[in-house]
Amino acid sequence: MSPPTGAIPVIVRILSTVGGAVGAAIVLAVVVAAVFAPFVATHDPDAINVFQRFADPSSAHWLGTDQLGRDLYSRLVHGATVAMAVALAAIGMALTIGTLLGIAAALVTARIERFILILFDIIASFPSLVLALAVVAVFGPSTVLVVIIVGVTLIPHFGRVARAQVLTLKNAPFIEAERLLGASTLRIVFRHFMPNIAGPLVVLASMDIPVVITIEAGLSFLGLGVRPPLASWGGLIYDGYSFLSDSKIPVIISSAALGLATLGFTLFGEALRDAVDPRLNRDP
Amino acid sequence: MTTPLVAFRDIHVTFAGRVHALAGIDLSIAEGEIVGLVGESGSGKTTLCKVLTAMVRATSGTIEVAGEPLAARIKRDRLGFRRSTQMLLQDAVASLSPRMRVRALIEEPLTIHGLNAAEGKARIEVLRQRLGLPAEALDKYPHQISGGQARRVAILRALILAPQLIVADEPTAGLDVSVQGELLNLLLDLHAEFALTYLIVSHNLAVVRRITQRTVVMYLGRIVEAAPTAALFAAPRHPYTAALLSTHPSVDPAKRRERIVLQGEIPSVIDRPSGCHFHTRCPHVQPRCRVDDPPLVTETSGRQVRCHFPLTAA
Repeated sequence: MSPPTGAIPVIVRILSTVGGAVGAAIVLAVVVAAVFAPFVATHDPDAINVFQRFADPSSAHWLGTDQLGRDLYSRLVHGATVAMAVALAAIGMALTIGTLLGIAAALVTARIERFILILFDIIASFPSLVLALAVVAVFGPSTVLVVIIVGVTLIPHFGRVARAQVLTLKNAPFIEAERLLGASTLRIVFRHFMPNIAGPLVVLASMDIPVVITIEAGLSFLGLGVRPPLASWGGLIYDGYSFLSDSKIPVIISSAALGLATLGFTLFGEALRDAVDPRLNRDP
Repeated sequence: MTTPLVAFRDIHVTFAGRVHALAGIDLSIAEGEIVGLVGESGSGKTTLCKVLTAMVRATSGTIEVAGEPLAARIKRDRLGFRRSTQMLLQDAVASLSPRMRVRALIEEPLTIHGLNAAEGKARIEVLRQRLGLPAEALDKYPHQISGGQARRVAILRALILAPQLIVADEPTAGLDVSVQGELLNLLLDLHAEFALTYLIVSHNLAVVRRITQRTVVMYLGRIVEAAPTAALFAAPRHPYTAALLSTHPSVDPAKRRERIVLQGEIPSVIDRPSGCHFHTRCPHVQPRCRVDDPPLVTETSGRQVRCHFPLTAA
């Protein structure tokens, strides 16, 4: 059993690696941009100025402007808000439902366990993009739909890990001790399983953030996700791509921003995974 | 005769349809008694504890707790049964939820059983001092306290519920000899103070001899001998008991027994030997033992032995 891991040693361990430090810096920048977008942005992201179309980067427009003369930097900052909101909502949904289903699978009868596992397999075998196309074809594009589609497709991730964790714990002496004290199953799930399986699930959640960001960008790029004029990274890339013959700058900058954010979250997730891995903890 | 606190009647437990962990256990424990349970690994000691604490259901046979069948008792009042029957697990540190502080662990039984928090906390404080658990330990996590302290935390968690019966699985396993002694004294004191009944499971014959009043010896899921502890240690009647006791060192060279070394491994509970289950390893085996399974006979002295040719005091 790994001892309780304090927050401070984990942060120190993440920052002590190059990848972890770079990742943490990028994550911090994106999160600050997302949370404080109105203050971090220099312009109204939706303010159109047709006299300033495709302006080059300058002191007035740090990263230039798009085909409607909107400030690209400000649109990217507001795009971070959308990306983070979608990622947190989708992962939060998948984490909650997946964990509960996974725990249930480990504790209920073999028949219901099989049913839940087959459900996971069905969801996991469905490419989220195809699912998105089908759902959008029926309901039309919307941000909420993106959250639901991505969230549902991630449920098996968390469900399988939660089930595996509970299977290793359910015969642990401390669980037996709780039953001997008379603790109800509900109490054991929420007070004893949850805190002990949270670690791997949080790591998984952090590693899913870049995945969700790219899926959201991909759907928005295809016009199946966030509706314009709301700024989203995928939408910005699509706008830049549409006007590639006028200026190459918007598509390059938007793509670079998406790539950098994805890289940052991936590096951070991997550093977090390594930091809480008891096998890699040389100095506990 | 008064109703025993616990009565096992022909209890069988079969796992996966063929593993006969318990094969016909008849055992009564009187209120206030301290019973020791000894036997090799795989003899069914742990299964017997689990049946008694309703963690494993008996395949057949009945258990009565204070005259009431266990299943009915649990159906009537599950939490009441849990309060009356508590168990101390072998690995005390591992039996404490690793991400909860000791204070939360100790207060948990109050929440589970809906006991008055203020009264409960006052009782916890009294018990904590009685058990000699330092106040600093309350703010630590289970892996930060010593094995002896973890035992005390487990005992406190049990005692706060005011149980009648405490089942203790290897209560001294993994402790230093000095701490073992302290803990056994503590268990004996608590027995008198709280009018407890103990079922103590141990490999350690010194522990059983020191604190139990009656010793039950198990072999392959059956009781082979049961007798008052002093009488059993002085003159074992079953050859298996004699062999077990011969491994128990004595300080007095005059009383030192000749070491009886059993041949072979404990047979499989899946494929039991014919006749007396012990005949494959018995140093006194006779032809009759190979075919005829001896019953557990209660002698006039009250001792019970399952042997065609019980040993007599030399």
